[in-house]
Amino acid sequence: MYRLQSLAARSLIAGALDQCTPLTLTSLTGVRHKSQGPSVEKCGQMRFITAEAKVSAGRLGGKMREKTLTMDTLNPQVKAVEYAVRGPIVIKAGEIERYLEEGGTKPFSEVIKANIGDAHAMGQQPITFLRQVVALCTFPELMDSPSFPEDAKWRARRILQGCGGHSLGSYSASPGVECIRKDIAAYIEQRDEGVPSDWENIYLTTGASDGIMTILRLLVSGKDSSRTGVMIPIPQYPLYSAAISEMDAVQVNYYLDEDNCWALDINELHRAYHAAKQHCQPRVICIINPGNPTGQVQSKKCIEEVLHFAYEENLFVMSDEVYQDNVYAPDCQFHSFKKVLYEMGPEYFNSVELVSFHSTSKGYTGECGFRGGYMEVINMDPEVKAQLVKLLSVRLCPPLAGQAAMDVIVNPPQPEEHTFKQFHQEKSSVLGALAEKAKLTEQILNAVPGIKCNPVQGAMYAFPRILIPPKAVEEAKALGMQPDMLYCLRLLEETGICVVPGSGFGQKDGTYHFRMTILPSIEKLKVLLGKVRDFHIGFLKEYSALEMKSDLICKT
Amino acid sequence: MSENCEYRERVLTMDTMNPNVKRVEYAVRGPIVQRAVQIERELMMGIKKPFTEVIKANIGDCHAMGQKPITFFRQVLALCSYPDLLEDSKFPEDAKSRACRILQACGGGSLGAYSTSQGIELIRQDVARYIERRDGGITSHPDNIYLSTGASDAIMTMLKLLVSGEGMSRTGVMISIPQYPLYSAALAELGAVQISYYLDEDNCWSLDISELQRALQEAKKHCSPRALCIINPGNPTGQVQSRQCIEDVIRFAAAENLFLMADEVYQDNVYADGCTFHSFKKVLFEMGPEYSEKVELASFHSTSKCYMGECGFRGGYMEVVNLDPEVKVQLTKLVSVRLCPPVPGQALLDVVVNPPQPDEPSYDTFIKERTDTLATLAEKANMTQDILNQVPGIKCNPVQGAMYTFPRIHLPPKAIPEAKEKGQAPDMFYCMKLLEETGICLVPGSGFGQRDGTYHFRMTILPSKEKLKIVLAKIKEFQQHFMEQYS
Repeated sequence: MYRLQSLAARSLIAGALDQCTPLTLTSLTGVRHKSQGPSVEKCGQMRFITAEAKVSAGRLGGKMREKTLTMDTLNPQVKAVEYAVRGPIVIKAGEIERYLEEGGTKPFSEVIKANIGDAHAMGQQPITFLRQVVALCTFPELMDSPSFPEDAKWRARRILQGCGGHSLGSYSASPGVECIRKDIAAYIEQRDEGVPSDWENIYLTTGASDGIMTILRLLVSGKDSSRTGVMIPIPQYPLYSAAISEMDAVQVNYYLDEDNCWALDINELHRAYHAAKQHCQPRVICIINPGNPTGQVQSKKCIEEVLHFAYEENLFVMSDEVYQDNVYAPDCQFHSFKKVLYEMGPEYFNSVELVSFHSTSKGYTGECGFRGGYMEVINMDPEVKAQLVKLLSVRLCPPLAGQAAMDVIVNPPQPEEHTFKQFHQEKSSVLGALAEKAKLTEQILNAVPGIKCNPVQGAMYAFPRILIPPKAVEEAKALGMQPDMLYCLRLLEETGICVVPGSGFGQKDGTYHFRMTILPSIEKLKVLLGKVRDFHIGFLKEYSALEMKSDLICKT
Repeated sequence: MSENCEYRERVLTMDTMNPNVKRVEYAVRGPIVQRAVQIERELMMGIKKPFTEVIKANIGDCHAMGQKPITFFRQVLALCSYPDLLEDSKFPEDAKSRACRILQACGGGSLGAYSTSQGIELIRQDVARYIERRDGGITSHPDNIYLSTGASDAIMTMLKLLVSGEGMSRTGVMISIPQYPLYSAALAELGAVQISYYLDEDNCWSLDISELQRALQEAKKHCSPRALCIINPGNPTGQVQSRQCIEDVIRFAAAENLFLMADEVYQDNVYADGCTFHSFKKVLFEMGPEYSEKVELASFHSTSKCYMGECGFRGGYMEVVNLDPEVKVQLTKLVSVRLCPPVPGQALLDVVVNPPQPDEPSYDTFIKERTDTLATLAEKANMTQDILNQVPGIKCNPVQGAMYTFPRIHLPPKAIPEAKEKGQAPDMFYCMKLLEETGICLVPGSGFGQRDGTYHFRMTILPSKEKLKIVLAKIKEFQQHFMEQYS
């Protein structure tokens, strides 16, 4: 109990609200009251708890009426949704930030949010050319300004001509602005060395997440053992599990091979598929390549195997390729599923249903806030395609500024254009720094005893495995939380570093991880990794000592 | 190529797809609009038609119809997008100070960073203050504000929270008929039960409480009614609700334990003398604590309508009142899965709720642009109703607000069997014919819902005055021919 109290006093427990069942919440609140730590109230979940207290008092004061929308009547699928990347740990980080702003003291002066792939928030500069085009589209009077390059103006004019009333303020067609769809198709053809891409198969989206949700929504049907099963990698990006919960589909886990650089093992796909077939109807396989959170880059051979498997088992393929420009390891290369499918011959290329997703948020642009993205849909039943268009139309259209940003990404300055040199220099500097940070992260983490990190071949994250001593596991269980949640909460509380526990992404039972982005500047990343190292060593020491102590008690 | 599926059965077909998605209908962008786009292409290819351009009066898309953006808004957005412009002396200081303030609230000072899922806190504070000013000082709390990707996104999200139960206990949602088809589409997608209450066409599309009662009592036999949606000013019907009527609705919701959803995206679009916009929130709080502390309300607003017409930015917000705190945590979690609303849309919303003040350099231009836009809309609302009401067989209620007219059309008896033969709703038949013969794209009333045996269409009043006159004249001529042809 002493340790629980001390943890409570350090306000570790507070903030884990979403994750806890009502039962553990009550017991935690009990602990909190006993500890009477004022810091708990201050940097705990003040926003939620006190608001609640106030409201219930008001309710009791007035005439009691059952609310229409309560936890009991809430859509149960919504309740089941979990999204760790913005979960309790991030809420907690926000609270600590506010506490620091208000003059509170902590053993650190700033919170470093390494929980999410938010490049600009971590100081990455936008690509000048992209922003020039967006500014020109937004305020076309700037077309007269000599300080904007002609090639930016030319692109902006072209985009505006595709917009109703030549304004970014008009709705576009629901699948997106036609000329942008054509630019995307041309870009894909070029990327895939001539594999044809039909612009009518391109749909712009509100970030890739929106596209993924939409396609899953089409696919979910059936009841009980005929309910749609969706195969997702474990570890996965939790958008997938969240979407599956929200739509009440069946999540079918296939485990990536950590000992083999998180490679996808085709035997594991077979295992997962056949196990799932007994209770649902597996109809989709989702692949994230390069991997999030795992950072592996899939080999061409592996992609072929996956496609062959999908072909054999009649699975719809969803390939999340938002990190396609983020490949750092010299021996790795990005292969698009579409291209590999094409090279497997017409038998495959004309039959496997494939949707691939891309986004403005990653790559070298990192324009998350614009919510731009697209998906390319191949071999979709034409009638279903009409249904897709109808479904998209209910939400009218993706944001036009994001569509414009997407257009610049697929139609960047060419060598003969004035802006090419600057553009190229900015792009290589972002990607070069990312590659350097990927290497640095892996190296420093692997030097820490009890941390093992696969190479960050691509994407923007490291997902190291961490050793958590049995005593710490026990303690976490007593608190009703995952051991890696306890680890990450303590890391946050003691160092100000916000990373996401591996349990939020899924991992093999008994293994623990965290996801951190490699996005902070090199200087900051070094500081961060140093702090993680010190924390980890301290953590191991603390709990090993406890272990020895309890061994001693047992013996006596 | 995509037709070639002899190798294997497709995974995703009409038989295997999500049946709820199949049930979704969204007329505003439905078959008639697809045909309009086709005709546009045909015209471009040089195919001769009895007209030279397609006029899309099917959707409230202001800028596409030639409305100009508000200069100040676009200046701030350009500054936010490309902060080098902060050095440009051509941009007014008040635009620069707004842009700096917004950028300071963004991660890394960039529109390219994700915001918190609920929306940038500073902007939520500005929204709350704006609501307080609008509602004569009634408190609005930034924690109750959720920024959204247009109003549609927030409406879908709230409905998603509300839908539960099976069979008799499945959530029922009351919506007006005629309605904006986002509602019926969302309910179909979520598998909720649609409960239709009819607006009173003979009474200027007003909402009648006894009709609410009727609809509710009937629905209780097969579902669990839990939410009531109101669109005020009305879409597609253009009525503006009286304060009395809003009070009655609130009392009804309180008595029947219904969650209120108030779609108030047209709140600045009120044209008729004697009509004023009253927000549900304000009326609720003026009714005293018995109501203001218990009725659960979500109200929705957007950057797409009013005088801004910035549809493409997908900006919007909702304010939730009396939402259960635990449910609020769930709401925040749910919106976090989609990361955040587009940040340019959030920035735009910020300037909408925090426009130039009298002592600022952009004030005069801003006021002039806003007044001109709203005055023109008022003029077009009047003109539309005047002209349509002169046409035999068309009857049009006053366009008190919003951006549409929803006239009733008399279809001669012979037209109806012909429509049925084609498998079309009679007003779809009418609108298709109108499109083919005149190039005018309207949406048939059947897409919004209407009383059996009555027919309508929705058209926007957004085309420029000159164009609107032509549109109305063409409709008049078409209607006369149509009557002659099928009588």
